[in-house]
Amino acid sequence: MDTINLSEKTDWAFIEEVKKESGQNPSLCYQCGNCTGGCPYTQYFDYPVSVVMRLLQSGQKETILKSKAIWLCATCETCTTRCPCDVDVANIMDTLRIIARREGKVAEKDIQLFYDSFLDSMKKHGRIFEMGILMGYKMKSGHFMGDAELGPKVMSKGKISLFSKSIKGADKVAQIFNRFQEKAKKHG
Amino acid sequence: MRVGVFICHCGSNIAGTVDVAKVAEEARKMPGVAYATAYMYTCSEPGQKEITDAIERDKLDRVVVAACSPRMHENTFRRTVMKAGLNRYFFEQANIREHVSWIGLDKELNTKKAIDEVRMAVEKVKRNKPLFSTSFKVNKRVLVLGGGVAGMQAAIDCADGGLEVIMVEKSPSIGGMMARLDKTFPTVDCSICILGPKMVDVAQHDLIKLHAYSEIAEIKGYVGNYQIKIRKKPTYVDWTKCTGCGLCMEKCPTKNAYDHFNFGAAPTRAINIPFPQAIPKKATIDPEFCRQFVKGKCGVCAKVCPTGAINYEMQEEIITEDVGAIITATGYGLMGIENFKEYGAGRYPDVITGIQYERFLNASGPTSGHIIRPSDHEEPKTIVFISCVGSRDKSLGVPYCSNFCCMYIAKQAILTKDHIPDSQSYVFYMDIRSPGKGYDEFTRRAQEEYGAKYIRGRVSRIYPKGKKMVVRGADTLLGTQVEIEADLVVLGNAVVSAEGAAQMAEKLHISYDTHGFYVESHPKLRPVETNTSGVYLAGACQGPKDIPASVGQGSAAAAKVLALFSKDMLESDPAIANVNINTCVGCLKCVKTCPFQAIVEDTLRNGKKVAKVIETVCAGCGVCTSTCPCGAIQLQHFTDNQLLAEVNAICQK
Repeated sequence: MDTINLSEKTDWAFIEEVKKESGQNPSLCYQCGNCTGGCPYTQYFDYPVSVVMRLLQSGQKETILKSKAIWLCATCETCTTRCPCDVDVANIMDTLRIIARREGKVAEKDIQLFYDSFLDSMKKHGRIFEMGILMGYKMKSGHFMGDAELGPKVMSKGKISLFSKSIKGADKVAQIFNRFQEKAKKHG
Repeated sequence: MRVGVFICHCGSNIAGTVDVAKVAEEARKMPGVAYATAYMYTCSEPGQKEITDAIERDKLDRVVVAACSPRMHENTFRRTVMKAGLNRYFFEQANIREHVSWIGLDKELNTKKAIDEVRMAVEKVKRNKPLFSTSFKVNKRVLVLGGGVAGMQAAIDCADGGLEVIMVEKSPSIGGMMARLDKTFPTVDCSICILGPKMVDVAQHDLIKLHAYSEIAEIKGYVGNYQIKIRKKPTYVDWTKCTGCGLCMEKCPTKNAYDHFNFGAAPTRAINIPFPQAIPKKATIDPEFCRQFVKGKCGVCAKVCPTGAINYEMQEEIITEDVGAIITATGYGLMGIENFKEYGAGRYPDVITGIQYERFLNASGPTSGHIIRPSDHEEPKTIVFISCVGSRDKSLGVPYCSNFCCMYIAKQAILTKDHIPDSQSYVFYMDIRSPGKGYDEFTRRAQEEYGAKYIRGRVSRIYPKGKKMVVRGADTLLGTQVEIEADLVVLGNAVVSAEGAAQMAEKLHISYDTHGFYVESHPKLRPVETNTSGVYLAGACQGPKDIPASVGQGSAAAAKVLALFSKDMLESDPAIANVNINTCVGCLKCVKTCPFQAIVEDTLRNGKKVAKVIETVCAGCGVCTSTCPCGAIQLQHFTDNQLLAEVNAICQK
């Protein structure tokens, strides 16, 4: 690892930004490591959760926003549950993803695509249409054959329908999305 | 009336954010003020001389000092005005430091507020009356609550100083937590070997009277004259006959009673002597488990007792002791592990607490000093210690450090290697806190000489896997998740306040913090005093503490009591409640609201019922004055007249 010049490379504004958007205070973290200890995905992370927290405390914006860890986080909230300092760590991870998107620094494009396909489907049908998400995701990501071997299994068990079914009041769900987007536009 | 006002700079403490010259200038304009000045340090000798000189020169008869809190220097200035011939209650202190300069940065606003504070004090002091103390006799006996190491030290020191000591211990034996320990850090000397002689000293001292298995039922009175009601709980064994032979324990058919002494490390008999060195070494029946009480028949112990000491009909007994001071050494408790679901919440037999492990290490413990896995009684080879189990955990309401876990875990890791040379200990820690003399060397020794592996991180989960317990946590220095397959897991669970600590504090009229620990009078300068005169603190009832600190406090509390009792008479505080019998209507609401039972009903010669204040009992809290519907009961030095004058001073300008 390179030497980090903390006097020059501490992004205080970034710490404040995360603090404000997540409503969490990173200073409360005393680096006990309980979040990392309980994290079910830590073996896939480039930085364990407690290190993400430490990077945040040190204002290492670039490193965090470019990290895979924030995208691989499954938001299972084990970290939040176990944190002795009552820090909602999962909420901070969420906030970091939002900021990474906003700044166009997403390290795991596929995961972002999956999120987008998921939400598109939600907006359209008021619920999840699995086949739609699948197709949308595969078209955009180019991973046409990924997990294809599961196809016959889930189809034969009727887990995935070929046709979309909307719920009653799907338009109301769509309105939620519209209202959010309007608000987001207004507040930049 | 000629009031003198002295404004203190307190270096830059006050003058930094208050225009002291302006305050003095404004004070000069206040009605009744004959002299006002500002001085660098009013509490210094020349500062005090300034006051006495001004009293003489300007014929002052009242003095106001605007400076720090009266908690700091009220006594200083009261003595100063007394020296110049004034009654000490003709002095008022306006707090322009803690209440003004330290809390605001706006100099203009601060100056304005400081002027208001001075104006209030001037109006009050003009209405002050001369008050005089009366003296009362002191009962030179001391009550020590708790027979742990702190209480024992306090009792021995008081008794060696010639005082009669009454010691009350709630469990059947004195010795407290220290009697349960195998070894003590950092010397690894046998705990009972150094504690035993002290316990014997307590037992053999002519001036110490021990009430074991007893509790405080009621505390009445005030410094110098307390009446204590002690509830002697029924032991169902006549201790005058019991010889401590232990035959009853051997023959008792109930083998599943909870062992309070061993913290449930193993079950015990329903009739029980807690440990071989117990003082008094007498048996006690636990009626929760005893068949005679649960099923109504058994009587084995009564049959085998060679002295006929068993008495199933024994009732509790209340006895009264009169004392002049109280030393509170009620110790601490341990957080239950049922809070830790991720560690099994007490469901896994091979996840135990530090104190239970200590009992396994101890030769007089349930396994005679052999370390075993409780599940199958096999010798464990891999032992994991976890520190900060509940401590420094805001989510559990325990933000504080439990003080001695780091040290006892290091000690237990060392002892484990001594007991089982081919064992491997792992210690999960967040920080190693070992600031005592020789302490850090000790935790290093556990790692360097005894090979304990210290892992910097917290344990997130423990789960069983075959005969092993898998401990999963983080090694934050490696930056990764780690797992250990352990035979035995020892939790360093948090130190909490003793059971019933809050209720005891209320009986004693002392303060306790949000965690139930007792609050000392000043965190630095009055560490063993409380805000109730005559009540002192020693040991972990004030906060988690190790043995040397507890012993130190025991001796310190004893020194305070010896100093208090060095006088035959004590002076009363004249700032107490006083009843005007002409306006009192005899409703006696004050009798009901007085928290100190200091007010009684009295009948005058003409048959009129009125309230009467017992001067020595009244603590001057003022609850009665706010209760009285006709203003007949007044707190001296804080009368309605004086307080309303202060209110007027800030409202009418």
